[in-house]
Amino acid sequence: MTTQEQSSRVSSLRLLAGNPVTVGSAIVLAVVLVVAVTAQWIVPFGTNDVDVPNALRPPSGEHWFGTDELGRDVFSRVLVAVQASMRVAVVSVAFAVVVGVTIGVIAGYRGGWLDTVVMRMVDVMFAFPVLLLALAVVAILGPGVTTTILAIGIVYTPIFARVARASTLSVRVEPFVQASRTMGTGHLFTLGRHILPNIAGPLIVQTSLSLAFAILSEAALSFLGLGIQPPQPSLGRMIFDSQGFVTLAWWMAVFPGAAIVVTVLAFNLLGDGLRDVLDPKQRTMIEARRRSG
Amino acid sequence: MADPVLSVRDLRVRIGRREIVRGVSFDVERDATLGIVGESGSGKSMTVLAATGLLDAPGAVVTGTSTLAGTSDSAPTQLVGASPRTLRDVHGGRIGFVFQDPGTSLNPLLTVERQITESLEAHRNMTRRQATERALELIEAVGLPDPQTRLNSYPHQLSGGQRQRVMIAIALACDPELLIADEPTTALDVTTQAQIIELVRELQRDFGTAVVWISHDLGVIGQVADDVTVLQDGQAVEQAPILDVFDRPQQPYTRELLESRPLVGDKGPPPVESDAPVLLRVDGLDVRFAVSTPVGRSTVHAVKDLTFQIRRGSTLGLVGESGSGKSTVAGALTGLVEPDAGSASLDGSDVFGARGAAAKALRRRISLVFQDPYSSLNPRMRVGAAIEEPLRVHRLAKGKQARRKRVAELLELVGLPGAFASRYPHELSGGQRQRVSIARALAGEPDLLILDESTASLDVSVQARVLDLLADLQRELHLAYLFIAHDLAVIQRVSHDVLVMRDGAAVEYRPAAELFDSPEQDYTRELLAAVPPSRPRAAVSGD
Amino acid sequence: MTRVVTSPVMRFLARRVLYSLIVMLGVLVVVFALVHLVPGDPVRIALGTRYTPEAYEALRAASGLDRPLYEQFFSYAGSALTGDLGVSFRNGDPVTVTLLERLPATVSLGVVGIIIALLIALPAGVWSALHEGRLSDAIVRVTSQFGVSIPDFWMGILLIAFFATTLHWLPTSGYRPLFDDPAGWLRHIILPGLTVGLVAGAIMTRYIRSAVLDVAAMGYVRTARSKGLPPRVVTMRHTVRNAAIPVLTITGIQLATILSGVIVVEVVFAWPGLGRLVYNAVAARDYPIIQGAVLLIAALFLLINLVVDLLYAVVDPRIRLS
Repeated sequence: MTTQEQSSRVSSLRLLAGNPVTVGSAIVLAVVLVVAVTAQWIVPFGTNDVDVPNALRPPSGEHWFGTDELGRDVFSRVLVAVQASMRVAVVSVAFAVVVGVTIGVIAGYRGGWLDTVVMRMVDVMFAFPVLLLALAVVAILGPGVTTTILAIGIVYTPIFARVARASTLSVRVEPFVQASRTMGTGHLFTLGRHILPNIAGPLIVQTSLSLAFAILSEAALSFLGLGIQPPQPSLGRMIFDSQGFVTLAWWMAVFPGAAIVVTVLAFNLLGDGLRDVLDPKQRTMIEARRRSG
Repeated sequence: MADPVLSVRDLRVRIGRREIVRGVSFDVERDATLGIVGESGSGKSMTVLAATGLLDAPGAVVTGTSTLAGTSDSAPTQLVGASPRTLRDVHGGRIGFVFQDPGTSLNPLLTVERQITESLEAHRNMTRRQATERALELIEAVGLPDPQTRLNSYPHQLSGGQRQRVMIAIALACDPELLIADEPTTALDVTTQAQIIELVRELQRDFGTAVVWISHDLGVIGQVADDVTVLQDGQAVEQAPILDVFDRPQQPYTRELLESRPLVGDKGPPPVESDAPVLLRVDGLDVRFAVSTPVGRSTVHAVKDLTFQIRRGSTLGLVGESGSGKSTVAGALTGLVEPDAGSASLDGSDVFGARGAAAKALRRRISLVFQDPYSSLNPRMRVGAAIEEPLRVHRLAKGKQARRKRVAELLELVGLPGAFASRYPHELSGGQRQRVSIARALAGEPDLLILDESTASLDVSVQARVLDLLADLQRELHLAYLFIAHDLAVIQRVSHDVLVMRDGAAVEYRPAAELFDSPEQDYTRELLAAVPPSRPRAAVSGD
Repeated sequence: MTRVVTSPVMRFLARRVLYSLIVMLGVLVVVFALVHLVPGDPVRIALGTRYTPEAYEALRAASGLDRPLYEQFFSYAGSALTGDLGVSFRNGDPVTVTLLERLPATVSLGVVGIIIALLIALPAGVWSALHEGRLSDAIVRVTSQFGVSIPDFWMGILLIAFFATTLHWLPTSGYRPLFDDPAGWLRHIILPGLTVGLVAGAIMTRYIRSAVLDVAAMGYVRTARSKGLPPRVVTMRHTVRNAAIPVLTITGIQLATILSGVIVVEVVFAWPGLGRLVYNAVAARDYPIIQGAVLLIAALFLLINLVVDLLYAVVDPRIRLS
């Protein structure tokens, strides 16, 4: 009798849970998420409570991250700034995902002239460096949160369109999709039950990575004064303001920067962990290692 | 009697908690070929890779002994657990390797010459000039025309068969005592396969190399081996000289392997009534494809003016090598490919020109089963949902209950338990997945079932069972089949009529019995001659 | 000669050039559209406090903003082809001249950055791929993850604080042209170059590692081992060489990305390059400058891609010989 092929497949969740780094990042992100949602209620001080006599104080029991040049509590400002960053990142990436994936899937599925036209347009957008395009959008619409969200959303749409299109193209030629066509199945059913579930993997990975980059982009825009406007605290602006005081008050630069690094790192690590699990090639390697352990 | 070139005792390979190779022993005699035969999962590749020290699986533990015979200047070498230094001398220097996939086994950025000379430089300390001369000799020895040009070519400029010849040249470059060939002809056309088999035999005679030939195909083994080791589940089940294995198999598994083989000369399918009406008529089918390469566009004429018909309840076998256009025919009949010319009618309804509702009805009446069981089913959809799809699309069963009942019936029809409906494809074996694909194809109660190389990726014993199933279904449901394959023996087993294709055009189109008895065309004869016969070569030559 | 001209490589290149030109046209249209989508009157905004009715009319006429849109586009496109990109709203200098003045600073930063990045990424990426799963691989992966997560302007500020302000080893800002003052050029470019190069290096390390891993899994690497070749030969001639193509790709992408992302670094280091020019222009609504700079950077982008394509043909015989 012939051997049955290995029929045991460890579920995705179990594989994810087996990787301590991924679990760690998920926990960190959960904390960040909690902060993002509750920041305004948990801050010990007001973000704009000016207190000049207490300016430039190092971290202490009262001010965990110290105070800035106007005596404002850096910890509170960082928390609220993280909230703002996350809001911008989530909304802009959501926009990019919805628009980009729709464009990419339709282009990849229909092919033909539609595909060519759409992808040429995406190529043109790719010819624009990210920050430059964001700057251009901000230049037209004026600085501010909404503009930042729109700018980042527009700028990240092409990457989702590309990933969605590439995945759709490779899934579309799989025999099970062709089988669907030979059965006379309608396009909507094919897209919904066959294509989308099988392109979800790379898209989820890309979402995690784009969230990371969105936070960096928002910080860069705020740094340049074109993003979230004062008096709203933003991580980038806080770093900009710290420029004159770095040697006097290192905490003004370090803590906002660290907040960025920690959040971005967590998204990147989570994205990597997800990629290892969701990419079939990587996955067989990990499963093999797991079993040999 | 000189001692064997390679002597393997109690070889075991363990990965994690699983033992994949479980105590295998064999000898490779000088100047002889050992055939190692087994189905997928038997561990045949891993056994030989471990025995020669080339295994590179993370976490693999190899125990046992594998002794390479000594020469006049050196003592015998133990390969299991040998130092990397020792192994490097042996690999290429004393043992040469030929792998299965000619497409990826050669470095695309290096010329053929370089890939041969680097071996010579490493082991024989030759200068570049000497190595190049020797490379030229080798290219000639493996039968490649225009050797100088070939030397300066890159792999992508050669065909699959030519690349395998190059691999053989590389493997034999340093005149090794042993050649390991791991499924070297599996990815090649049957005519090319026959040529490579001849080539290796010739080279063995000329160079006196011992050969280990690994294959899942008993027919090929019959053509090349002097001794045979049959592997199942990591164990050597039977080991004997070739004639003993073929004529007097001792073990039930060996017998099963022998019996499952489709053979040219076997009986064909039960006959169809002579008054069976014509179901499908195809006239002058012509298909062209535009292809774009990095440097421009060109056209491929995939199908040229093809005409044939299929009667109800009968099977038309469509046979051809790769590139013959046979799969394109399937595509044209199922709406995947738009024909450029020609007409077809199914029971009077126009096939190629149908649009809208008429086209949808046709999709139900003509059904397709693909080759690869692993990608024919949506990995994220349960088996039941996959089989149900045609029922939903064509509104063949009203309501969830009715559909579920029908799915259970279909599963039973293909010999699978009803419980499989809630499983995912990855929980099933290859043979089981193909049965699910068949069940799905039958859900719409089609008149014509197209099977595009549907058993080619299955193990021989599994293939036999699926072919039996198809024969039963044809009888019970009065189905017509268009059976596409490259394996002539399988074609003979299932077909009433045969159409041989080459380069998109029909070469010969006749009832099966006539074609196999007395083929008219040279190409058909060539194909038939290339099929490994049922009796091993040793029997014919009276060894 | 005809053989060279019609060879597959030339045909391949010709198609790429044509494609780039089409994309450039698209860029031109987008750039033009962007500026003219601005709500509000650009002339009035540009004049700001210097507004007088006469100055308004004069600037408007001079900028051609009183003519219909399509006419403006063609006139812009036409003059762009001849190298005339208009004049700055702020100080009336010709845009082309201003751009060319600032180009060398940005290009030096980009080149130095990519060299530093390659010096880090090539050895690190290859080493970590070849030692996959071991400690050195883990170290490289963790470090590169950090590198990718750090905002470049933050790194720049911290570097300045450490090396310049505290240790006084290097200047805090400014630029010296290479040919006037090589030593000064070097001293001034180290910190900004490091800022750009370290982050780009981290990104490239990850990419190169993944590319080498993909190649190492290919059949021909197993063939090379089966020939008993020395490990170094297997690594260099078979594994790494075949990773050259993805390495080329990422280098091209990174170089192009650096040229754009350099805006922030230029602001931090008061670097007189294109980035800072655009930044100031955005603040002042100086549209001709913004248009011109975006156009130039997009053109550089495409040029880099074209060079990368040419190098593909050199490296990969499958492209060279159809």
